[in-house]
Amino acid sequence: MPADFISNLYVFILAGFVGFEVIKRVSPLLHTPLMSLTNALDAIVVVAAIIIAGRHETRLTTVLGAVAVAASFSNMVGGFLITDRMLRMFKSRSKKS
Amino acid sequence: MTALALQQYLDFAYIVAVVLFVLSLKLLNSPASAHWGVLAGEIGAALAVAATLFNPELVQYRWILIALIVGAGVGIPLGLVHMTAVPQRTAVSHALGALSAALIGIAEYYVGTAPVTRFQMGEIALEVIIGSLTFTGSLIAAGKLQEVLPQRPIVYRGQNIVSLSVLAGALGLAVALVVNPAHALLFPIMVIVALIFGVLLVTPIGGADMPTVISLLNSYAGFSAALLGFVLNSKVLVVAGALDGSSGFILSLIMCKAMNRSFSNVMFGAFGQVQVSAAGAKEERVVRSATPEEAAAILAAANKVVIVPGYGMAVAQAQHKVRELYDALTKKGIEVRFAIHPVAGRMPGHMNVLLAEADIPYDRMIEMDEINGDFPQTDVALVIGANDVTNPAARTDQSSPIFGMPILDVDKAHTVMVIKRGMSPGFAGIDNPLYYSDRTLMLFGDAKQFVGAIVRELGGGH
Repeated sequence: MPADFISNLYVFILAGFVGFEVIKRVSPLLHTPLMSLTNALDAIVVVAAIIIAGRHETRLTTVLGAVAVAASFSNMVGGFLITDRMLRMFKSRSKKS
Repeated sequence: MTALALQQYLDFAYIVAVVLFVLSLKLLNSPASAHWGVLAGEIGAALAVAATLFNPELVQYRWILIALIVGAGVGIPLGLVHMTAVPQRTAVSHALGALSAALIGIAEYYVGTAPVTRFQMGEIALEVIIGSLTFTGSLIAAGKLQEVLPQRPIVYRGQNIVSLSVLAGALGLAVALVVNPAHALLFPIMVIVALIFGVLLVTPIGGADMPTVISLLNSYAGFSAALLGFVLNSKVLVVAGALDGSSGFILSLIMCKAMNRSFSNVMFGAFGQVQVSAAGAKEERVVRSATPEEAAAILAAANKVVIVPGYGMAVAQAQHKVRELYDALTKKGIEVRFAIHPVAGRMPGHMNVLLAEADIPYDRMIEMDEINGDFPQTDVALVIGANDVTNPAARTDQSSPIFGMPILDVDKAHTVMVIKRGMSPGFAGIDNPLYYSDRTLMLFGDAKQFVGAIVRELGGGH
């Protein structure tokens, strides 16, 4: 088993635990924004897509990379935008004029 | 700057991004700090993307820039959709995330700079299978939520055997590729089979199960990104994917618990087939109904009112009228709260977003476990477009398909009023004894119009 795999597995398991502990505390009130925010964070695969598209190795990989950049970047932009819009709507009674 | 030193700066930027991602989710703990969470996530993502553009491996920027512009062009409208369209937007977003993860995995297989080892082949195959099935599965879910596709479960005899055989086929092709990664022809076939499995996986699932399915697809999309991190040896992808995957997984667990069902039951036990017997034994039972005038008079005489919103409120887009009702009752000094069942609507938190959009303060939205004890002291429980989540058969009738599912105990309120289009049973086709209780008044009509009529009677409308 490659050494990279082992170190990635460590990171994966620890990040999974951190995620579990942090997300379990998110109020059910905000479960919809939670989903759109995690989608936006997950769209960080755009960095891998950028490298595939920019290495320009074969025409096929460049096309696949470019489509992946567009798909994940739209997710990133749209995900942050809608999460922000949703969260602005949540107001408490005291803040309501 | 040498290439090595530059690479270290890039790695450092990714570490900062990862820290900001975790902070982003942590800040989401409370509605007061949540918007800072979005900011932290945005900074982290911007930093990671900007750093990547300096990667010395990049030789050509043209396609990257075009793709980024196209992505922003698609993403901005996706970020500006109306709140009622949020469930299908979320499904589309899972599809886009899974699509990009699958495409990168496919590209990685075809890059061919270094020969693919068996181990790498296994990672790539698994990643591409999960990404592909999540892509098509999410598109089907989005189609059902948008009602382009029928929301009813589409089932046929031997369905599970067919679906599982297709999955086995995809995994078998993956194993064949691991045995001999040079069998290049098998790879596209494996992708196609995985895409087909995604369609078969979600088609039989009904609309009422969408909260679980959408959470599960969320989790798959996250784990495919994490697996991609393994393939590319990219820690930032492993962490972001693990966070997204565990988030989806937790939400799926919460949704399953709120329906008293197991994962496998949701995925393979299409709801709506088992209830045929219940419909046969139907007897003539008396239902009491009331007019908007009567409903308004009962509400005006109450001290404590609990409103139970459901998918019907979302369909009728009645949330703004409900806010007017909330205002009119609150003005009279009546305490109004909203009882939110975890699976009300079509995705986790769906009702909260709709009510928040209508400017209802979030501290009036109460979770099921917190509000259930208050129903015996509640004068009026007003159910708007919710059905199965209020069905007392879940507590009492062992033969009911939803027996054991935690419900909102609206039947314990002094008076129950249910706004409903007609007497047709709910989505799952299960009869609701609540409607025949002598405490219950049925308010027949469209939720938006009926609530509007009550508000006019209360003298608060326009």
